[in-house]
Amino acid sequence: MKSNMKQLIAMTGLGLGALFTAQAHADYSVAIAGPMTGAYASAGEQIKRGAEMAVADINAKGGVLGQKLKLEIGDDACDPKQAVSVANAMVNKKIVFMHGHWCSSSTIPASDIYNEAQIPMATVSTNPQVTERGLKNIFRIMGRDDQQGGIAGGYIASHFAGKKVAVIDDKSAYGKGLADEMAKGMTAKGLKPTLRESITAGEKDYSGLVSKLKAANVEVLAYGGYHTEVALILRQAKQAGMKLTVMGGDTMSNNELVTAAGGNADSVMFTFAPDARANPAAAEVVKQFRNAKVEPDGYVLYAYAAMQLFQQAATQAKSVKYGDLQKALSSGTFNTVVGKLSFDAKGNLKAPGFVVYQWKGNKYEMVK
Amino acid sequence: MMGQFIQQLINGLTLGSVYGLIALGYTMVYGIIGMINFAHGDIYMISAIIAVTVLTLLGSLGIMAVPVALLITLVVAIVFTSVYGWSVERIAYRPLRNASRLAPLISAIGMSIFLQNMVQLTQGARVKPINALLPGGFELFTSNGFTVHLAYTQIMIIAVTAVLLVVFTYLITKTSFGRQQRACEQDRTMTALLGINVDRTISMTFVIGAALAAVAGVMVTVYYGVVDFSIGFVAGIKAFTAAVLGGIGSLPGAMLGGLIIGMIESFWSAYLSPEYKDVATFVLLILVLMFRPSGLLGRPEVEKV
Repeated sequence: MKSNMKQLIAMTGLGLGALFTAQAHADYSVAIAGPMTGAYASAGEQIKRGAEMAVADINAKGGVLGQKLKLEIGDDACDPKQAVSVANAMVNKKIVFMHGHWCSSSTIPASDIYNEAQIPMATVSTNPQVTERGLKNIFRIMGRDDQQGGIAGGYIASHFAGKKVAVIDDKSAYGKGLADEMAKGMTAKGLKPTLRESITAGEKDYSGLVSKLKAANVEVLAYGGYHTEVALILRQAKQAGMKLTVMGGDTMSNNELVTAAGGNADSVMFTFAPDARANPAAAEVVKQFRNAKVEPDGYVLYAYAAMQLFQQAATQAKSVKYGDLQKALSSGTFNTVVGKLSFDAKGNLKAPGFVVYQWKGNKYEMVK
Repeated sequence: MMGQFIQQLINGLTLGSVYGLIALGYTMVYGIIGMINFAHGDIYMISAIIAVTVLTLLGSLGIMAVPVALLITLVVAIVFTSVYGWSVERIAYRPLRNASRLAPLISAIGMSIFLQNMVQLTQGARVKPINALLPGGFELFTSNGFTVHLAYTQIMIIAVTAVLLVVFTYLITKTSFGRQQRACEQDRTMTALLGINVDRTISMTFVIGAALAAVAGVMVTVYYGVVDFSIGFVAGIKAFTAAVLGGIGSLPGAMLGGLIIGMIESFWSAYLSPEYKDVATFVLLILVLMFRPSGLLGRPEVEKV
């Protein structure tokens, strides 16, 4: 009898719980999407950590327009096909805001679906095409490859004048776009690339490329692509008795590069937005992340900022309807942990900053 | 130019040895039960992950002597990976022994996805690096300013592969297990009638295939120094191609196929473009299959009446 009583209490509890969740359906669903699995899963992890913290903080302060936020997580594994199905799934979940995707090649096809479903999105994808297709729902909270490529290319031309430079990409939308811009930026400043090649991402053996670089006496590698391949190229270059300086894009900010390159990462430079961790407005949040044993590097703070962006835009618009949100996002200025964000007519960041960093041990520092 | 040629020969031989070792597992399993074990690439990945774990553990215990550390790692990896190979066969393939040919194939793909996700969830998605265990190597010679390097790890891979091939050939051609294995390949029903435990022989085949993949996994870990849960896919596809190129079912063919693919990749990316090296590999595969449908060293299938 006693156990029956317990069961009854438990069941009542469950019933009440169900009641509450039923009520909670009025919550706003916001979503993130990116490579939660696959070779670039570490970036997905950063986005997830940032967004989870942001949603928890926003909910702790009473949510958005009196409603709690519920975070949906989509995994596209950096695969354009999977990105499309993630986008469709998210549309079915009736999300009101999307932060993602991460890989440009995923963001581009997925954004068409969000556009059709009238869901505003904030992305960190840097390929120019992301905002060049006339979509009104997309807002880029990071700079573009033509900007960072130009800065990287200019830096190479002025700091490595007279040296042989190879421009290599990984054939991805992001990598090829960035490499093209770097080559353009260099050439504009009077330094022509010695080699222009592409590799296949996801392999382990780049010794063929390394010996080609070696035979051409290349000293500087301008690389468009992700950090995992750079780590392998650096290791194999070392093994072949070769010293390479690498210039890459924002993806090189991932500290996985340092561990994976086995002590050869100090020669890696990259362009990235000015370190948000140094932003005084972010100090509180940075401390909070560190208390939770999460180093807020790379995309962590950007994911946090994207959620803040939604919260502020919805508060300004007093609505989460697409028309109102879209208007608020495109006309307003938002104070986030990565600085003040405002967007131009195409949805690009109005004042994007890129600076050149270099890895030193486990940290990256700005270089002049 | 000579320098770069020799360098690529060394690089290609190293890469080809690894492909060959994995390809042997594919071809053995195909030979005996006529299915492509798509989970084989993931067995190789598991061995690489085990190698990283063991090496890190040994490092923290202070066992730094390279030969000792390597030997322990090899033994542990072979034992654990063999258990994986055996279990995969027991769980996913044996219950489907008499089902249609398609069933175990699907089961294999499922197993591959399962293993990959299991490792990702339990070990995390991040790449796992180790410090260079055998850094350095010989500088062979310099021609036209190009110094040819032969890394210790490359010597190790080529030497270990050569030794394994000798042992493996002896095992298959001279021992009683080898005879049973070849008998099962020819006719399983007849072999069973002669009192040989066919299931056990098949299990052993999976164990040996897994052990070879384990060696490849350990060596790749030491050579490239970076491992993650997704390495099994590309390596598996390449090794499978090697097995088909050499003639699936043929053991020397698998090794030959592996070496050829390693060489093509290595030379094509050094002299032409790294972008099209896979195209070159697969064009060659198509050409070979057009003129020799059963592969370079494969026996043409005889229709049994």
